[in-house]
Amino acid sequence: MEFFIISMLNGMSYGLLLFMLSSGLTLIFSMMGVLNFAHASFYMIGAYFGYSLNSVIGFWPALLIAPILVGACGVIFERLTLRKVHKFGHVPELLVTFGLSYIVYELVQLIWGRTAVEFVPPDLLKGAAFTLVNHSLTGMTFVWGAAPAEMCQTADAAIRLICTPFPATRGFMMIVALLMLVSLWLLLTKTRIGLVIQAALTHPEAVESLGHNVPRVFMLVFGAGTGLAGLAGVIGGSTFVTEPAMGATVGSVIFVVVVVGGMGSLSGAFLASLLIGVIQTFAIAFDYSFVSVAQSMGVVLSDAARNNSFLKLTISQVAPILPYVFLVLILIFRPKGLLGTREG
Amino acid sequence: MKFAIRSIAVAALAMSAFGAHAQKGETVKIAWIDPLSGLMAPVGNNQLKSFQFFAEKYSATNPAGVKFEVVGFDNKLSPAESLNVLKAATDQGIRYITQGNGSGVAGALIEAVNKHNERNPGKEIIFLNHSAVDPDFTNSKCSYWHFRFDADTSMKMEALTTFMKDRPETKKIFLLNQNYSHGHQVARFFKEGISRKRPDVQIVGEDLHPLAQVRDFAPYVAKIKASGADTVVTGNWGSDLALLVKAANEGGYTGNFYTYYTGVTGTPTALGKNGEGRVFQIAYGHYKMGGLMDKYQEEFKAKFNDDFYTGSVINIFTTLGDAMAKAKSTDPLKVAAALEGISSKSVFNGEIQMRKTDHQLQQPLYLTVWSKTDKKYNYSVENTGMTLVPVKEFPPYISSTPTSCQMKRPG
Repeated sequence: MEFFIISMLNGMSYGLLLFMLSSGLTLIFSMMGVLNFAHASFYMIGAYFGYSLNSVIGFWPALLIAPILVGACGVIFERLTLRKVHKFGHVPELLVTFGLSYIVYELVQLIWGRTAVEFVPPDLLKGAAFTLVNHSLTGMTFVWGAAPAEMCQTADAAIRLICTPFPATRGFMMIVALLMLVSLWLLLTKTRIGLVIQAALTHPEAVESLGHNVPRVFMLVFGAGTGLAGLAGVIGGSTFVTEPAMGATVGSVIFVVVVVGGMGSLSGAFLASLLIGVIQTFAIAFDYSFVSVAQSMGVVLSDAARNNSFLKLTISQVAPILPYVFLVLILIFRPKGLLGTREG
Repeated sequence: MKFAIRSIAVAALAMSAFGAHAQKGETVKIAWIDPLSGLMAPVGNNQLKSFQFFAEKYSATNPAGVKFEVVGFDNKLSPAESLNVLKAATDQGIRYITQGNGSGVAGALIEAVNKHNERNPGKEIIFLNHSAVDPDFTNSKCSYWHFRFDADTSMKMEALTTFMKDRPETKKIFLLNQNYSHGHQVARFFKEGISRKRPDVQIVGEDLHPLAQVRDFAPYVAKIKASGADTVVTGNWGSDLALLVKAANEGGYTGNFYTYYTGVTGTPTALGKNGEGRVFQIAYGHYKMGGLMDKYQEEFKAKFNDDFYTGSVINIFTTLGDAMAKAKSTDPLKVAAALEGISSKSVFNGEIQMRKTDHQLQQPLYLTVWSKTDKKYNYSVENTGMTLVPVKEFPPYISSTPTSCQMKRPG
């Protein structure tokens, strides 16, 4: 049972991190029709900014300032390059962001080096958020923080006693992502700015003729989207590893999220991130392979089939490629995505 | 151009000087082909520093009187990239290469070196393998041009399972390894060894994960805990071990770890004070081998603020120097012949011998455990206040394993 709960939480925390990234990506896409290939690079810059600021002003101020700096970088990039190439159509826009991702990758290596930097979370987040104590006689108990040592020890070998702490960094990650989701939703639906943004999405000319500066709205949305990626970077970098390849590893997955959720759909992105996070985490737990399934169904396989390295692959081994399989399936059977509204 | 002139000059010098010590004063360049970027770069950085540090030391003291120079090439941990780099190295006239991180890379290099030497007689290359431990390299895929200075997985597992024989509390084992030849071999040889020595031990889980890709080992730790394993056996190294033990600490896993590479960059810091008495390492050395080695270690730390752990580097320079003195040449063709079967006195692990049949260095192995530093074992690894304390030593005659190598020799 504690395995299920912890794996679920692990999967959800990873999924929520993906959501922090993909929400900005899908917002930018729905506004400008541009898939921002450099989005994961902003995630990486966020982590590195957070790392550098962390050593100067501490983690909490860094958590606030790093995303703002990243957002400012996003604004500058939009103003100086993206807006200039906008009139040439979508392909040049796409290529510009693509080029940016390479430049950022190289710049980060020049400034911070090619190896991982040590971005340690603050002491408050170092321990456990809560601990599940599973006792074979008294059942499951829940303890905030780390469980006292005597609760996790038993002299009686017959009693099965397992303590499973849940890291505070992950709990924090989940809280921030949920806060972000709520405030984003409130901003878009309940405020005047949100109304202008939503209107500019579908009817930019009408909004412009009403006297709103649509390019500036675009610029601010781009800045906000990259800022969110920066926030995810600070949290992701301190929880996992801060290194130059961190952008590339999530970069491909967030595109899967956006496509699976439906291009431009925020709720779709939320659903898809959670789904992919949970699928990837639980897939690791399954040791079924084609061979083991066939054998448990009573099919007799030849020696050659049993030792075939492809048929022997377990689900846990193919876990890293599952999101992409999912992507292909969605594109075949539901090209508009899970919650998307437009075709293709 | 400069290289061309220099190599012509060196060649001319070698041709003209038919003295007893023709090799004296020559510069022997060794191309170091390992990762300097990506998740495994910290390991590569440390080892490149180790090679350059000892190249300097051994240039002064080797019996052949040659000067060693190590040229670093970043292979990004990729076999394809390594072959490009090998080409670059041979274009520069470098005739000795060394690599160790990743048996996948080592396998590709062995094949490339075999091909190169077949096609370019007179320009042979020698591959000095410092850490790639896939047993195939000294069995089915053995090559005359390949020399291994680490102990292969069959040797390490022989020692490890022998140790487990005397630990009846080990009952349930989980095998977690990287999904490439090395990880497969660790799992295979462990199962083979344990079924011979402890048939009662149960393998409750076995998993393979991608090499140097996983950032988050929490799902694996949850799986290990759910399996009820009291012991994890893993051949993981670098970030794959550091992040694994970090996730195990966070996830509250309290079982034992039997590893190959606890002392390698990143893992000691990730372990910290945790894991005392629970994390074991099987290797050809540890942090308190005594004598000159302790001095070297202190010096290395003072110079780079980093730990020296790749002892095979020393054995490479020792053996290579002896072989060049014996061959009275730096020509790889002659040196390879001299390396075969050579016995040397290692600075740290006693009498070592490069076995002629398969080019596997025969050396003692040590099983060590992660413990607090004390009076005797006082080397603090990565300034953690912890160190690896030996619990059992396996002399070469125990750790040695038979080989099926049918080596093709030139001529």
